[in-house]
Amino acid sequence: MIPEIGHYALVLALALAVIQIVVPAWGVRTHDAVLIGVAEATAPAQFLFVALAFAALTACYVASDFSVLNVFENSHSAKPLLYKITGVWGNHEGSMLLWVLILAFFGALVSVFGRNLPRSLKALVLSVQASIAAAFYLFILITSNPFTRLIPAPFEGRDLNPVLQDLGLAIHPPLLYLGYVGFSISFSFAIAALIEGRTDAAWARWVRPWTLAAWCALTLGIAMGSYWAYYELGWGGWWFWDPVENASLMPWLAGTALLHSAVVMERREALKVWTILLAILTFSLSLLGTFLVRSGVLTSVHAFATDPTRGVFILAILAFFIGGALCLYAWRAPVLKQGGVFAPISREGALILNNLFLTAACATVFVGTLYPLALEAVSGAKISVGAPFFELTFGPLLVPLLFAMPFGPLLAWKRGDIAGVAQRLLVAFGVGLLAIAATVAGEGGGPILAPFGVGLAVFIMAGALTDIAERTALLRTTLKASLSRAGGLPRSAWGTALAHFAVGVTLLGMVGETQWGAEAIANMKPGETISLRHYDFTYEGIDAGEGPNYRELAAKFAIKRNGATIATARPAKRVFQARQATTTEAALITRGVNQIYISLGDVQPDGAIAVRIYHKPLVLLIWLGAVLMMLGGTLSLSDRRLRIGAPKPSRSRLSPQPAE
Amino acid sequence: MTRKKRRLVLIACSVGVVALAAGLILNALRDSIVFFHSPTEIVAKHLAPGSRARLGGLVKEGSIVRSDKLDVRFEVTDGNETVPVTYHGILPDLFREGQGVIAEGALDNAGHFKADSVLAKHDEKYMPKEVADALKKQGHWKDDYDKKVGSTGGQVQ
Repeated sequence: MIPEIGHYALVLALALAVIQIVVPAWGVRTHDAVLIGVAEATAPAQFLFVALAFAALTACYVASDFSVLNVFENSHSAKPLLYKITGVWGNHEGSMLLWVLILAFFGALVSVFGRNLPRSLKALVLSVQASIAAAFYLFILITSNPFTRLIPAPFEGRDLNPVLQDLGLAIHPPLLYLGYVGFSISFSFAIAALIEGRTDAAWARWVRPWTLAAWCALTLGIAMGSYWAYYELGWGGWWFWDPVENASLMPWLAGTALLHSAVVMERREALKVWTILLAILTFSLSLLGTFLVRSGVLTSVHAFATDPTRGVFILAILAFFIGGALCLYAWRAPVLKQGGVFAPISREGALILNNLFLTAACATVFVGTLYPLALEAVSGAKISVGAPFFELTFGPLLVPLLFAMPFGPLLAWKRGDIAGVAQRLLVAFGVGLLAIAATVAGEGGGPILAPFGVGLAVFIMAGALTDIAERTALLRTTLKASLSRAGGLPRSAWGTALAHFAVGVTLLGMVGETQWGAEAIANMKPGETISLRHYDFTYEGIDAGEGPNYRELAAKFAIKRNGATIATARPAKRVFQARQATTTEAALITRGVNQIYISLGDVQPDGAIAVRIYHKPLVLLIWLGAVLMMLGGTLSLSDRRLRIGAPKPSRSRLSPQPAE
Repeated sequence: MTRKKRRLVLIACSVGVVALAAGLILNALRDSIVFFHSPTEIVAKHLAPGSRARLGGLVKEGSIVRSDKLDVRFEVTDGNETVPVTYHGILPDLFREGQGVIAEGALDNAGHFKADSVLAKHDEKYMPKEVADALKKQGHWKDDYDKKVGSTGGQVQ
């Protein structure tokens, strides 16, 4: 009964979405306030019904109801409760249900929090949002129904892929989808603006918080996914340039560009046409990512789906929304008025540079991800485009962007003074050079690129601090005056500085891990010791153990430094009975921001075990930086000027400007 | 600076960055892509020793030979041809005889494929897509590759 309720709720959500596409748009056309208001009721109702469907599927998983095909294929009665719940979205059908749940959630948020929006704009936004939702409800109902029954019901399920039985699955996909799908709001706003044929600073002020919120979630989602892959896959890598990872990186890059161009639009009413295009492109890349992951066109650890009808269906959705949006853009964008004149050397100019490099970097990822697919479709040749390609394209494009980053926030709007800014960054630049010198001296003939990477990272961090120091007139006035200025700084300024600082932190982590990481691989017998980077690792033996749905072999290593034991590591191999699949559970020993990483290979015929030990200097900074970036974004989001729908205090009016 | 001049600067910058990106991409596509081959293709095309390639197929039953120094030898087959592979390091969890595998590396002068990475990447059917396609092309695809894992809910070892 429960699966049927879930299925029916999803059908009702589809019906509501169809109403929400047609009625409000008709209302806007005929200036009928009642029809316009319909969307405000249907959007939350749609969310409630999708939530009901999602709850129904979750209930089937918790109860291990194997008469539901999806539960049978992806669950097992012996699985811990947490993984029964996370298993709901650990498969194609369930993850699509999570996708539409989040889409409906954002629609409901716009409807509830968008009280200050002009009513016609809000109605159009919700109408566009509903059209996306309807397409994906149809997709689920026609090609990927999670509620399909299996008669007769088997006694036991096939269990979830063991790699996915991890806390990472609880966190990573929901965050990623919050980001991916959150960009649908900017998309809907862009389409609504094109239909209405007008945009203004207020429009940008409404769009920016939604973009920022989605960006924060996506940043954290990508970082968590990376950390998950790092500790779960047992290879010690944190980014594989896997097409599925690229699928989430592309909307992040475009979204970062959108975030910055929306600032220009909000403050200076410039870059309107470009910002709208970016909003369309960002969500298009999210849809592309969904297509790549969900259609099964890729060979990848993440790809669960293999049915071609799904691929064709998502491709049709993709073509409709991206093609339709771009046609609408080509037709309507010339109507939008351009405003805001500025010199090339100015804050606007710097933000344009940021956008140019980010979109170019995004394009290289796009080519690297899709070229192999296109080539295979055209000529049948199979190629792989891996890390070397991206190091040669993405890397060189990011360096000038990162170097220019500290300059941007220090430049004035309209007309900047590059010499003055360079002068103010002199200290930061000096600190960067000092870091290079210190690295060269400390390493003495280490990797050549490392000192420059460290220097750049330090320059970025020092540059972000310079920004705050300049704004608070630190050292130029009394400390007390500086503190009071600091208190008066808008939170968005702190957010910008923190997020920019965080980019430096992440860069430092990447440089440290890739340039100074060390690795030892050996066959070890109990009692043997090997050394790596001042650490001695003694293999003490192996124990068999048992978990709820797996057996495991856990090895024991004593780690010593200068003769003193500092930690005991217990890497393990787990065999999951239901699928007879093995996973490697790496042992991670954290020392400050460095990590020691031990993973096990096979037990050899002579009783020795293959061991892989890594020393990863500064590696934690990679994810710490991403978390700081997210916090910077959140800080900026909490700025009262940006709070959703809140009008600017200086120009506060009782009602927003009426739509004409 | 007039409005027109400013626009010109902007356009020049954009074209510059786009050209830079295009140049980087074309350069990287020439040097850093790796082609995928089945054992039959490797033998038929006389792949030059030293040129990087990805070799995909099934690990031949009974072909795995391990030494205690983490050197592994095994053979990759697509049913028609077999290519011997050498590898130093730890093999992935999903590496087994009879299973799909992708090795990346180059042929040495003796005709051995020296792999520097071995992937047993898989979808839920335990078969890399390239390998499945190559097997289908060679006419060695058996429907029971799917069902092996499927109906019994576990692989019979």
